[in-house]
Amino acid sequence: MSFWEYLGDRHQQLLTDAGEQAGIVFLSMVMATLLGVLTGLVTCRSERAGSLATTASSAVLALPALAVIGLLVPVVGLGTAPTVIALTLFGLMPVMRSTVVGLRAVDPSLVEAATGIGMSRPMRLARVELPLAWPPILTAIRVSTRMLMGIAAIAAYASGPGLGKEIFRGLAFPDGENALNEVLAGTLGIIILTLLFDVVYVLVGRLTISGGIRAPGGTRV
Amino acid sequence: MSEPAGLQSGTTAATVELEQLTKRYPGSPQPVVDNVTLTIRAGETAVLVGPSGCGKSTILKMINRLVEPTGGRVRVGGEDVGAMDPVGLRRRIGYVTRASGLFPHMTVAQNIALVPEMSGWPRARIRARVEEMLDLVGLDPVEFRDRHPRGLSGGQRQRVAVARALAADPPVLLMDEPFGAVDPVTRDHLQGELIRVQGELHKTIVFVTHDFDEAIRLGDRIAVLRERSHIAQYDTPESILTNPADDFVSGFAGGGAALKRLSLTRVREVDIAAYPTLTVDDPLQEIFNKLRASVTNEILLLDQRGRPYKWLRRGDLMRAKGSLARAGTLVNDTVPRDATLRDALEAVLTDSAGRVAVTGRRGEYAGVVDVETLMNTVHELLEADRLEAMETRHALEEMRATQTHAEQEGEGGGQMT
Ligand SMILES: Nc1ncnc2c1ncn2[C@@H]1O[C@H](COP(=O)(O)OP(=O)(O)OP(=O)(O)O)[C@@H](O)[C@H]1O
Ligand SMILES: [Mg+2]
Repeated sequence: MSFWEYLGDRHQQLLTDAGEQAGIVFLSMVMATLLGVLTGLVTCRSERAGSLATTASSAVLALPALAVIGLLVPVVGLGTAPTVIALTLFGLMPVMRSTVVGLRAVDPSLVEAATGIGMSRPMRLARVELPLAWPPILTAIRVSTRMLMGIAAIAAYASGPGLGKEIFRGLAFPDGENALNEVLAGTLGIIILTLLFDVVYVLVGRLTISGGIRAPGGTRV
Repeated sequence: MSEPAGLQSGTTAATVELEQLTKRYPGSPQPVVDNVTLTIRAGETAVLVGPSGCGKSTILKMINRLVEPTGGRVRVGGEDVGAMDPVGLRRRIGYVTRASGLFPHMTVAQNIALVPEMSGWPRARIRARVEEMLDLVGLDPVEFRDRHPRGLSGGQRQRVAVARALAADPPVLLMDEPFGAVDPVTRDHLQGELIRVQGELHKTIVFVTHDFDEAIRLGDRIAVLRERSHIAQYDTPESILTNPADDFVSGFAGGGAALKRLSLTRVREVDIAAYPTLTVDDPLQEIFNKLRASVTNEILLLDQRGRPYKWLRRGDLMRAKGSLARAGTLVNDTVPRDATLRDALEAVLTDSAGRVAVTGRRGEYAGVVDVETLMNTVHELLEADRLEAMETRHALEEMRATQTHAEQEGEGGGQMT
């Protein structure tokens, strides 16, 4: 069966897998963003907590994704749960890190100006500090999402959902008739999904980053 | 100098009183601001000048509680700011710094609208206010409203910063070297604008600068500070120039007090010599007669709209064979009546004949000044300043004497303000 025939034959299954993959990455990324920004906000105030957060971020990202998922399986079982947990954990690290770095990079004279004109602390955070730190945070979210796409594929090893199933099936039976097609379809699907997410992020950047601080030519990665 | 009530409804400029104000940062043996007592009257501009690091910015920040004092207190409008909610306090005190502090992610209009928004003004009123403030600081609302700070020049940014600080109509305005980062020409311009704005609004302004000329130009009173903000002299610009308390103050004021005095007086305040004038439409014969009768050997020819046009000397007409069009020298420089004597001197010195025509609002002829007028004026001014300073000193000594006396009588003598 040629690759095109394979696609025609299996498009139903492939679309379902792609939908699962997109859904699980999106869900994890939303949680990762919330948790990442929140921990970033909490830790950036103190010198030590902030440094701890950035160090922890690098350390966690150095762990092999497969090992983390493997460790989670005995605790939460197979399937979607370990996948989402692992993805959220990996995804929140860059977000947390860039939140700390981004908030610290806000010009102190602007923070003083905000206080000086009578903004309360939460207001200053919401109206000045977070909007100014948002471009690097959004970039981190974008980078995280790409990374999660890859990690999500590995999750199929623990019976996770998504396009990884195709790839693993192909790898598990390399002599099978459609082995190459399966690996190819899974990989291409992931690439296409990644590109689609990227397009969405560009749009999100357009909508959420003020023209006053946007780099000419849109957000860069 | 000015009435305490501002022009805007409901606004009054407030007195700012520093009472034995002290700030000591942890870990440093000496206080940065040491026991400063100073009263800034409502509606006045007080300028703080002093060497770098003497605590000027710290004083300003203690007024709006960006820094908490370690001793003494600040009163605004008679109320102890230490007892107020700092957030509410800051909304009623405008604050402009050297760095402008405009938020780059907001438009000019959004920046200006911030304090009124936080104070809960209705939308329509905020919109109108933003336009009004842009007009006030000399920026066209239509052109600038929707621009972002990064698209503005340094001078425009400082204008917007002033507009933002004034938007909620605060009675007090703190300015920390607001024009310190712009080029001298723009600074000169912005100073002029601030004088105009203050003439309309009568806020209580506390202004910090390194530039003594700026202090003289803007201040109703100047506080010259030494290290740790010890007050060397707090007085009107005139007295500081003509009667410096000590060598530190005169050193700070720099040389050339007489020259600086010239910047404090406007041309309209001195006697401007009336010159024989004629208009271009007058018959030639009359021009001849007037020239012959003139003691100055010269007359000023005005154009149809009464503006200075040509200097005409005896003999000029003869040489030009009776043609008015070719006779005399064109007037190439005039000074408005609102210009300072310093500007006038500049013009007189660069004029080949040592005199310059003064014009009114629409450029119409108002008189002529020359070197001699200026010299006499300066002498008179300096003499008057000297007398006045002596009188104030005398009055002050008497007041102190009565106060000490009252204190000796028994009960603290009460607050003298
Ligand atoms: N947060 C702080 N902690 C410790 N010392 C400080 C702090 N802020 C200011 N200082 C010190 O207080 C002194 C006065 O500072 P301040 O900024 O008030 O001076 P200034 O008169 O405004 O100086 P300049 O004219 O250079 O702006 C300086 O010596 C400065 O180093
Ligand atoms: Mg300073």
